[in-house]
Amino acid sequence: MGARRWPRAPAAATLPAMIESRGLTKRLGGRTVVQDVSFRCEPGTVTGFLGPNGAGKTTTLRMLCGLLDADAGDAAVLGGPYRALPNPARRVGILLDAAAQHGGRRGREALAVSAQTIGVGEARIDALLDLVGLERSAARKRVRQYSLGMRQRLGLAHALLGDPEVLILDEPANGLDPTGMRWMRELLRDFADRGGTVLLSSHLLAEVQAVADQLVIIGGGRIVAQGSRDELLAGAGTLVMAADDTVLEGALIAAGLGAVPAPDGGFIVDATPEAVGHAALDGGVALTRLGPSDGAGLEQLFLDLTAPAGIPEEVLS
Amino acid sequence: MSVAALPAPASTAAADRRPWLGRLTVVELRKMTDTRAGFWLLLSTVLITAAAVAIVVVVADAPDLSLQDMVGLAVQPASLLLPVIGILLVCSEWSQRTAMITFTLVPARSRVMLAKLLAALLLAIVAFQVAFAFAAVGTALGGGSWRYSAGLVGQVAVYTIVPMLAGVAFGAALRNPAGAIVGYFLIPIAFAALVSIPAIDGIAPWVDQTRTTEPMLEPGMTAQEWARFGTSVALWLGVPLAIGWWRVVRGDVQ
Repeated sequence: MGARRWPRAPAAATLPAMIESRGLTKRLGGRTVVQDVSFRCEPGTVTGFLGPNGAGKTTTLRMLCGLLDADAGDAAVLGGPYRALPNPARRVGILLDAAAQHGGRRGREALAVSAQTIGVGEARIDALLDLVGLERSAARKRVRQYSLGMRQRLGLAHALLGDPEVLILDEPANGLDPTGMRWMRELLRDFADRGGTVLLSSHLLAEVQAVADQLVIIGGGRIVAQGSRDELLAGAGTLVMAADDTVLEGALIAAGLGAVPAPDGGFIVDATPEAVGHAALDGGVALTRLGPSDGAGLEQLFLDLTAPAGIPEEVLS
Repeated sequence: MSVAALPAPASTAAADRRPWLGRLTVVELRKMTDTRAGFWLLLSTVLITAAAVAIVVVVADAPDLSLQDMVGLAVQPASLLLPVIGILLVCSEWSQRTAMITFTLVPARSRVMLAKLLAALLLAIVAFQVAFAFAAVGTALGGGSWRYSAGLVGQVAVYTIVPMLAGVAFGAALRNPAGAIVGYFLIPIAFAALVSIPAIDGIAPWVDQTRTTEPMLEPGMTAQEWARFGTSVALWLGVPLAIGWWRVVRGDVQ
């Protein structure tokens, strides 16, 4: 499996890290759910924290926010432990679980309680409700009546209450319709473009690929790949397809090119399209498609992570 | 619409200062009253208190009425229902999973616990004053006697307030709302049954809170009665509070 090709080490530090995870490790119930997770998020970037369900994303984010104690390693938000920030919500906006709101409290009141806690005027609440697209009538309803999409919108408004410079969001697109997802992507992109730092988790590659400029991919509690999105996509090689995969594979092997099967048929080849074209010509194979894989390799890596049998050996603890 | 279009939050001076305890206490008071369950529990307490006073005024003959008895009666609903509000104040953070929000906004978890205790204390003081006012109105309407010994005010106040704080403590120790409510009402009764076993019944007057609180509604509690009450408070408020505090401050928030 080609997993070892992916860069593992964080890129050389240039900007100050707004969020930094250094070897975070967490054992829960005798099982290591997060092992030696290190990454950093810089200002002006959106970092996608990507992994299948149960990969350890949520546990890692909760360690960053001081809700869980790490068994090893440490985390810094704005240069120090999250719990050392005097009034953290004024600098770090957090949405860990949109469903975690008191069902018997009205939406607007839920924001007002937090606004009061962190010393933000109520005037900001109405502007935030407008921003996230919650109607006044919806804000007057009790959260119990909210759909997951509405809870996500409320949760995002909640994260933005304190006018933070850093956002940490766990699966913020869950429950959003396509329009909602697009709206959220634009909002997060805008937040980062104005110098903010965003760390968001997701179990959907396509969703993260559309907004994140940095990717951290986690599987089985460990980081399996990280780097800039462009770097990861470019490093993904060439996608080649032919009518007959067996003949194509033979041609690639004959040319000495390393290839792995692509998710939708064909192969991802660790070589330039030109080299693959020559291999096909030499092998007498008619190609149906040839070009940069545009992340098909990334998608394959990700699919392998979601299927337990396909997890590269070193990822299993 | 862009995030930049938002008005900046008011009072930027507070941005890098930790919220002071008074504000956290006000927030906890707000949390007790702004949910459906909290609102109805409080309203029920007020209505039941009013109803109890009204029934006595209608049924009892004037010569039997006194402010002293009326106050003792009026604080009963509060001493029973306030603990439930106290339990929910803590347990709902776990059952509704708002603990994640509360403790990311205020990572100093012991300050949150302190604010909850202060909020419970303030609400119980208000409840005592309301009960006292209802009792006074009832006494006036029923034409009863205004006999009341000054020392009793403190006793009855403590009698009303301590159960609410014990509710917060049980909530923190047990976390599950149903479990904490059942535990709060049943564990002391089961314990009282246990200490009625002849070999150990010597400690019953010190730990059975039904017995230790009995003298509190009559004037002139003795030092020994206070000591017994204090002992039972240490057991039924102190122990669960210590366990709950430790669990909240040390544990993982899931």
